[in-house]
Amino acid sequence: MTTTPAEPGLEGRLQAGFDATIARHDRIEPRDWMPDAYRRTLIRQIAQHAHSEIIGMQPEGNWIGRAPSLRRKAILLAKVQDEAGHGLYLYSACETLGVSRAELTELLLSGRQKYSSIFNYPTLSYADVGTIGWLVDGAAICNQVPLCRTSYGPYGRAMIRICKEESFHQRQGYELLMTMMRGTDAQRAMVQESVNRFWWPSLMMFGPPDAQSPNSERSMAWGIKRNSNDELRQKFVDMTVPQAEALGVTLPDPGLRWNEERGHYDFGEPDWAEFAAVLRGDGPCNAQRLAHRRAAHEEGAWVREAATAFARRSAQEAQEAQEAQGAREAREAQRAQGARKAQAAQDTRPAGEGAR
Amino acid sequence: MSADRREWPLYEVFVRGKRGLNHVHVGSLHAPDDAMALRHARDVYTRRNEGVSIWVVRSDAITASSPDEKDPLFAPNGDKVYRHPTFYEIPDDVPHM
Repeated sequence: MTTTPAEPGLEGRLQAGFDATIARHDRIEPRDWMPDAYRRTLIRQIAQHAHSEIIGMQPEGNWIGRAPSLRRKAILLAKVQDEAGHGLYLYSACETLGVSRAELTELLLSGRQKYSSIFNYPTLSYADVGTIGWLVDGAAICNQVPLCRTSYGPYGRAMIRICKEESFHQRQGYELLMTMMRGTDAQRAMVQESVNRFWWPSLMMFGPPDAQSPNSERSMAWGIKRNSNDELRQKFVDMTVPQAEALGVTLPDPGLRWNEERGHYDFGEPDWAEFAAVLRGDGPCNAQRLAHRRAAHEEGAWVREAATAFARRSAQEAQEAQEAQGAREAREAQRAQGARKAQAAQDTRPAGEGAR
Repeated sequence: MSADRREWPLYEVFVRGKRGLNHVHVGSLHAPDDAMALRHARDVYTRRNEGVSIWVVRSDAITASSPDEKDPLFAPNGDKVYRHPTFYEIPDDVPHM
C-alpha cells in the first residue's frame, strides 16, 4: 500500500523518514510508508522462511510413526507441531505487507517460491531426527537470533516467539544423539553416519559466500539482515565443534582446525555446485516434498470446506434465532401495549368507578 | 476460484499472560468463525502455557490511528509537561514524595 506521491517532494520526505527510522535502529511497522523494494524483499524472505517451516515438517514427520518409544513420539509430535506454528506466525507477519495467505500458499505449491535447501535431503535413519535437531535447528537458531532485531516489526516479533521454541528443538536433538552414543556400536555408527550426511548441507543453510550474495548488502543496509552469511556460518562452526567433541562424533571436514591467530575454527568450503543444484530443484527430495505438500493441501480441502459451511450455517441459525426472538419480543410488546391501552381506558373512566 | 480458496477472515489474537496482566496482542490468524478462531488461537499461540485467557477479534473490526496523523494526534500533549510528576519542584527533605 505504498502511497503514490501526489505532491512534489513527498516521496523524498517519505524516504527520508524511512531512512531515519532505519538509522535509529527503530522498527518499521505495517502501516508505515516503505520503499517498494523493501516490501518486496521482505515478502520474499518471510514467505520463504514460512514455506521452510511448513516443508520442514516432512523430514521429521517421516519418523513419528516409527519413533522408538512413546516419550520420543510425543517429543517429535510436539516438535513437528511447533514447525507448523512457526509457519503460521511467519505467514501472518508476511500478510501484514499486503500479500494474502492464498497467494502465499499458491506460490509454494506452484514452486515459484523457494524454501530452505536443507529440507530436500532425506531422513534415512532415526538418528537423523537427532541430527536435524542439533545441526539443522542449531544453524537455524544462528540465523534467526539476529532476525529478532530485524527492522520490520512483525517479522522480528515472530522471530522472538520462534527462537524461544527452537531452543527445545535443538536440545531434544542433542539429547537424543547423546542417548544413542551411550548405546551400542551400531547406534554410535548410525549417529556418525547421520552427522556425516547433514554437516555440509547444514553449512549451506547460511546461503552462498558473501562475495556471491548480491542482495545481502542491501538487506543489511535496510536492517533486515544483521549479519552476513559468512559471519553466521563461522559462528555456527565455532559453536558446534565443541558440541561434536562432547558428543564423541567427528565432523567430516579434513580442513577443520582451530586457528589461534583468528580465534576461530578454519573449515573447508561446502560444495556450492550441489547447493545450486538443490536450489534449482535437483536435490534428492525436491519433487517428493512438493508433491506431498500439494497432496496434503488437496486432501485437506474437505476440512476447509466443512469449516466454512459450518460457519455459514451457524451464522444463519444465529440470525434466524435472533429474528425469531425479535418477532417474539415484538408480539409481546404489542400484547403489553394492548394491555396498557385497556388499563389506560379503564383508568380514564370517571373517578370512583374503577378505584380500589 | 473455488469456494475453499476464498480466504477466511483475519482475526487478531490477544493473550492474557497471567492474572493481573492486560491482554496483549500476539499475532493473527485466519478462521471461518469466532469459535474456530478461538480454537486456532489456542493451538497456535498458547502451546506452552503462555496464557490464561484469549481474546480474538476480527481485524476488520479494529479502527486504528493512521501513522500519517501521528503528529497532529499525539503532538498536543507534547507541551503539557505539567502532566508529569517531575514538573514539580519539591525540596529533597520532604519525605514520601
